[in-house]
Amino acid sequence: MPITREQIARIAHLARLATAPAETTEDAEAAEAEEYAAQLSRILELVEQMNRIDTNGVAPLSHPQQLAEAALRLRADEVTETDRRADYQRIAPAAEDGLYLVPRVIE
Amino acid sequence: MNAADTVDAAAGRGAAADAAADHAAGQWESVIGLEVHVQLKTRSKIFAPSATDYGAPPNTQACGLSIGLPGLLPVMNMEAAKLAVRFGLAVGAQINRRSVFARKHYFYPDLPKGYQISQYEEPIVGAGALEIDTAAGPKTIRITRAHLEEDAGKSLHEDFHGQTGIDLNRAGTPLLEIVSEADLRSAAEAAAYLRKIHALVRYLDISDGNMQEGSFRCDANVSVRRVGDTALGTRTELKNINSFRFVEKAIDYEVRRHIEVRESGDAIVQETRLYDADRDQTRPMRSKEEAHDYRYFPDPDLPAMLLDDDFIDAVRAALPELPDARRRRFESDFGLPADDAAQLTAERAMADYFESVAGADGVDAKTAANWILGDFAAALNRDGVGVEQSPLPPAQMARLLQRLADQTISGKIAKEVFAAAWQGEGGVDAIIDARGLRQVTDHAAIASVVARVVDDHPQQVAQYRAGRHKVLGFLVGKVMQATAGKANPSSVNQILREKLGGAD
Repeated sequence: MPITREQIARIAHLARLATAPAETTEDAEAAEAEEYAAQLSRILELVEQMNRIDTNGVAPLSHPQQLAEAALRLRADEVTETDRRADYQRIAPAAEDGLYLVPRVIE
Repeated sequence: MNAADTVDAAAGRGAAADAAADHAAGQWESVIGLEVHVQLKTRSKIFAPSATDYGAPPNTQACGLSIGLPGLLPVMNMEAAKLAVRFGLAVGAQINRRSVFARKHYFYPDLPKGYQISQYEEPIVGAGALEIDTAAGPKTIRITRAHLEEDAGKSLHEDFHGQTGIDLNRAGTPLLEIVSEADLRSAAEAAAYLRKIHALVRYLDISDGNMQEGSFRCDANVSVRRVGDTALGTRTELKNINSFRFVEKAIDYEVRRHIEVRESGDAIVQETRLYDADRDQTRPMRSKEEAHDYRYFPDPDLPAMLLDDDFIDAVRAALPELPDARRRRFESDFGLPADDAAQLTAERAMADYFESVAGADGVDAKTAANWILGDFAAALNRDGVGVEQSPLPPAQMARLLQRLADQTISGKIAKEVFAAAWQGEGGVDAIIDARGLRQVTDHAAIASVVARVVDDHPQQVAQYRAGRHKVLGFLVGKVMQATAGKANPSSVNQILREKLGGAD
């Protein structure tokens, strides 16, 4: 199932990824998208191959830990973190009155 | 165009018009489902050991995980799992012994990781149900599922030199999202359901349910269809409704809008809308529309959560009596009317209060219910305080009712004592003594007042003796007045009758 350039553009947009460096020509950008489309199509082809395997009766595996029957660790409900706002805000691009500042969000 | 075409076209139009007329004659039915977000009452966040207190200075509870620093791993809070299971058991839902956390991707500055950890295909709580009261009687609303997820931070759009301020204290606070089936058929039913969920989560003590602080909010999925149709109409989603009044108004508005659009022959656009309470209308949200592709996948940082029978049994064993069961018990054990029992059990604190009062020696349950739903509830309302903050502890309320029952005070005086105790004048007995409110039951004392009143009102006495017995009320009133309301009314009645009759 080959992936189209349009699908590449959509996925890239959803993930906020650029498909080509800034200031690339339209042609170069198109070529880049074609290349990604071809690469991702090959991954899907691999998945198609795996789809041919009979997996009836095999439970889906979301985490490799499942093989060892390891479950999620549950911790006690305790507060052990202290306030390190000053440290974190020192490395933030912008902060004021304790808030992190970001480019204006329009709602 | 030839004649046959014209006839066919006309016939076609005619049939379409007939169908349209049939439909127009039919009533519209609204189809509503709610997603309720309940903030769980834990000390620490769902995946990090930082505090969840409301109102802390911005970002002082935003630890590395909350602000999305790379390299930190989430560790699940056991209490959040317990509270979710508690809810599931209370609505008779299937508890999934295996559930999986998934990443839900979207970009917004109050979600610095770029994804929200939620549950998708395998939630902790499966299908359950809740019964609500409607005008037409009880109705069962199916609950599709309830899943655990983390809350996002808060964006502050006030002017920071044209920038937006981000507070991540709330980021990572545990939420239980309770999703209903589209079983609700009116805004009133939606509000009833929301109230029921609210009362339940407070009963279960899994959330403080504080709507102002955002601990309890809901999204509504609304569509309309002709009565009799089975297919669903196109829906719109109303976001972030945070009051019972607004849920009703927002849905009412949206249903009207859907009907107007459909009746004018247009189609509803599937979209997310916000309710503007000031204008009492909904409007489309400008952002996020394209983001409905959340690209969920199992979070590789969190293996499946496996709960064993011991875990679930322990939660079940600690489950409090549920509101509906308590209501039935109040009816059967205390002999209360259904209305009283429903009102008393709507809130756990109120039900607890009633039980302590009604359980005291010599207190009649129905009298206790009348006082608690009457004067007590009115005083709470007037002062805008909850049962827990009431200045009158249940033991004092019980004492008041005991003094009423043993005739130390009359009903009228009891109201005065109640008001004084509410104002913090002291205990019930102390107030009765300090104000000298003890009812006069002493026969001789009342008789002497009666004698005086009879002497002072010869005209009325003559009328009574002439057969106008209604005048007795006037004389009783005079005696009560002379004793500042402290005479026992039934004694007064009796003595007065004897006196008037005896002289015959």
